Amino acid sequence: MKGKVTAIFGATVSVDIRGLQLYDRVYVGHNRLTGEVVHLELERTTVQVFENTRGLAVGEPAEGAGVPLTVTLGPGLLGGIYDGLQRPLPQLQQQSGAFIRLGKETGPLDLQRVWTFVPQKKAGESIAAGERLGQVAEGALHHPLYAGVGGVIERIVEGEFRLSEPVAVLDNGEQLFGWQDWAVRRPRPCRTKRPVQRPLITGQRCIDFLFPLMKGGVAIIPGGFGTGKTVLEQTIAKFADTDVVVYVGCGERGNEMAGLLAEFGELSDARGRPLLERTIVVANTSNMPVAARESSIFTAVSMAEYYRDMGYDVLFLADSLSRWAEALREISSALEEMPGEEGYPTYLGSRLASFIERAGVVETRDGQTGSLSMLLAVSPPGADFSEPVTQSCLRVAGAYYMLDTTLAHGRHFPAINWVQSYSLAGPKAADFFKEQVDERWPELQRRCRDILQQEEALREVAEVVGMEGLQDRDRLLMKAAERIRRDFLRQNSFTEDAFSSPEQTFGTIDAIVADYQKALAERDEKERADDAEQGGGDAPG
Amino acid sequence: MRSKGVAMRLAEHRYRSISSIRGPLVFVEQVFQARIGETVTLIAPDGKRLAGEVLKIDGRQVLLQVFGETHGLDLDKTSVTFHDAVKRAPLSTACLGRMFNGSFEPIDGAPMFIPDRWGAVSGAPINPVARAYPSEIIETGFATIDGLNTLVRGQKLPIFSAAGLPAQELVAGILRNSRLPGEGAFVVVFIALGLTYHEFNFFQQTLEQMPNRFVAFINLAGEPVVERLLAPRLGLTVAEDLAFNHGMDVLVVVTDMINYCDALREVSTSREELPGRRGYPGYMYSDLASLYERAGRLLGQSGSVTMLPVLTMPEDDITHPIPDLTGYITEGQIVLSRELQQKGIFPPVDVLPSLSRLMQHGIGAQQTRADHRQISNLLYQSYAKGRELRKLEAVVGKEGLLKEDRVMLEMADSFEADFVHQGQQRRDIGQTLDLGLQLLKRYGVYPP
Repeated sequence: MKGKVTAIFGATVSVDIRGLQLYDRVYVGHNRLTGEVVHLELERTTVQVFENTRGLAVGEPAEGAGVPLTVTLGPGLLGGIYDGLQRPLPQLQQQSGAFIRLGKETGPLDLQRVWTFVPQKKAGESIAAGERLGQVAEGALHHPLYAGVGGVIERIVEGEFRLSEPVAVLDNGEQLFGWQDWAVRRPRPCRTKRPVQRPLITGQRCIDFLFPLMKGGVAIIPGGFGTGKTVLEQTIAKFADTDVVVYVGCGERGNEMAGLLAEFGELSDARGRPLLERTIVVANTSNMPVAARESSIFTAVSMAEYYRDMGYDVLFLADSLSRWAEALREISSALEEMPGEEGYPTYLGSRLASFIERAGVVETRDGQTGSLSMLLAVSPPGADFSEPVTQSCLRVAGAYYMLDTTLAHGRHFPAINWVQSYSLAGPKAADFFKEQVDERWPELQRRCRDILQQEEALREVAEVVGMEGLQDRDRLLMKAAERIRRDFLRQNSFTEDAFSSPEQTFGTIDAIVADYQKALAERDEKERADDAEQGGGDAPG
Repeated sequence: MRSKGVAMRLAEHRYRSISSIRGPLVFVEQVFQARIGETVTLIAPDGKRLAGEVLKIDGRQVLLQVFGETHGLDLDKTSVTFHDAVKRAPLSTACLGRMFNGSFEPIDGAPMFIPDRWGAVSGAPINPVARAYPSEIIETGFATIDGLNTLVRGQKLPIFSAAGLPAQELVAGILRNSRLPGEGAFVVVFIALGLTYHEFNFFQQTLEQMPNRFVAFINLAGEPVVERLLAPRLGLTVAEDLAFNHGMDVLVVVTDMINYCDALREVSTSREELPGRRGYPGYMYSDLASLYERAGRLLGQSGSVTMLPVLTMPEDDITHPIPDLTGYITEGQIVLSRELQQKGIFPPVDVLPSLSRLMQHGIGAQQTRADHRQISNLLYQSYAKGRELRKLEAVVGKEGLLKEDRVMLEMADSFEADFVHQGQQRRDIGQTLDLGLQLLKRYGVYPP
């Protein structure tokens, strides 16, 4: 399917190719820039180009690929650093230097890398589509390879092999490869979805103790600039108790991505393996093309689902979803679609919901349990949480970590507002920790919330009568609340304190509450003694 | 950007088929194979030449954006020449010590230099894996920056000012006093967007004290609006060349970003685009990012581009779209406060909303001093507490406060008077930290 470019407006290009389908991949111009069909009309097809179109001329050739935008899935994704179209950035750097130039085609997987394959099937055996052929070791993980189609195996490799050659050949001549292409906008199938069961240990006391995130759950982190969204996401990406981490830098800062890459290269996870070995990074910084930013979260979530389908716990972090929504808005407005609230297209909510619904706990096609959890940063303009992106997210997310500008200004990090934030999974997680850590977990949780809530109320009183006007009991409570804020909720991401195990978390809050109870008891004792003394003095008189 | 030698037009094309002119925008009909971003020259009936760029192509109809005043253009006699190339900037170290207008024409009386090379003004994004993480402190001589919001080489740190606040004086102070780690000196790329002559004159005096260490691109308030969109791109292309081809440490000062964004809005409106918040176009975030993100350092290379954009917050409002979007892209911000200014404090930096995101790796035993982080955190916490207590004091009076709270109140006052305020005096990082430490000790905050 070939044709020519007929009109160009920024990254929106019209071509005169007939017979294309919606969301088909199209190569545009002499430099073969990648694009995607977004509108179809009889005489004119509109293509959203994922790269900078500067210098593109009308009349240049265009070609339909006949397939939609896909990602390549297979062993070797872990440790990879990709752009929004899954082009490996380190290879791109080798090819074209420090600056990203136009239209380079590079495969996301190294097809020549040697893997050691341990087959589970023998020649002559039959295999069903979706059944395991065997596995390779990818870092610390077992990476199973599945048959794409069923049949009788004629030949299957054992030991060393490369992805460029088939893993197995069926008797009808069909070749089974260790990699596959997947259309990014289609969720990967699973046998069934299950309710969330276990909390994901983030190592952040405030989250694990007060607002737990479940494995398979979705949390959003809205916050104005400078409230620490990125640091919180990166800290959790480093320490969270999960098998695979997929981190998407979606329209954010290049220097921060560089920092993340440098740090992840040096650090190791809780199991002592290099962090990068369990991580896939998708980096589409704010100055990289806008349309690729829109596709980057789909590219990333498809890779995340791929590891989920092997029965692993996968944590997906996006920074930030607002930049994705803005990309959607830019594309929509270039297409001259009717705008909805604040210029966002009216399908923002449904598009977002269908993306977020890709999270969850699933029973995989070969009967294992895998989970995909999401932690999504949102950057509301002017820190106004009533804007459409935050509100659309809230409708589908199970946990809400609201970052507070006032806390951040006082350098209280993580700046999670403990009054406004919530997690729907609180009771379920508390049951889990009750069993795993200490049976007083739910009780302490209530106590801690209570103290923080009472402090809020007392603060209002103090604003009228002054601290001096408060009673001793209340002042003790204010002290306890301050300790909870200072020594428990606050957590420095740049020291040893960055990760707190559930046991440590419990120990810390237990000690603070116990001190408070003791002080209260002492004060009551003293009061009783004073009363008794006074009472004793009064009686004879 | 040229394609691989195929189907080039090979020649410039000239047309007299303008169908409409609207402000800086011109429609031309029956154009053969125009390129997006292609440069054009318009020649008015009186012989005036104007540069422009292709914005949009629909078949053979082309929309142009013209840099410069479109007075005197007409539909019949004006001709348009298409150059078959995208906008490029002339590059050479010979640009040092020179002043240009927003279209890269010399305004200092000397002739144009002969370029070594030409570079596309839109630049290309830096591959994130090729970036070196900025971590070397730039000592600005100001305690509030060095001590509490450390600037590092390759960072973009804007100054959020408000009408009537001394942002210019602060920038001039930074230009005068900044020291790089080691021996090196800065080269300054100064980009003035929509400044009044008076403001420009102030900076000119500062720049003249640093001969051959600056390049200036000057677009004054009365000059064409569209050049405000071009000047920063020219300046950054020069900065990248000096940094990454000649190994220099470049400090890019852009002032005032408000004028840039207003120019963006003006052009967007005449293109009849859908307006976003406060009339600014929906793509302003991406557009600003295409400037700010050009700051940085590269792995294995010595130069750097550090950016200090200045922007005046309209109505002192930090949630206005311009400071808001800027804050989301830059690595922190230095916020000036009217209240401190009224107290006679210079620089009037309000440290609470100020932030340097790259500070954590730029401080500590290797870079500054082992106790830097702790001093900074304690100062922040005490001052934040003091500021909160001020609000309480306003309601319940000093008597209603606890004794220890009264101490924190006093400390907040001393912090402003002794630490934030420094007038024209330069402090090195050791002095800054000692001062902070003294303050903490005096009020019993240190040791914690």
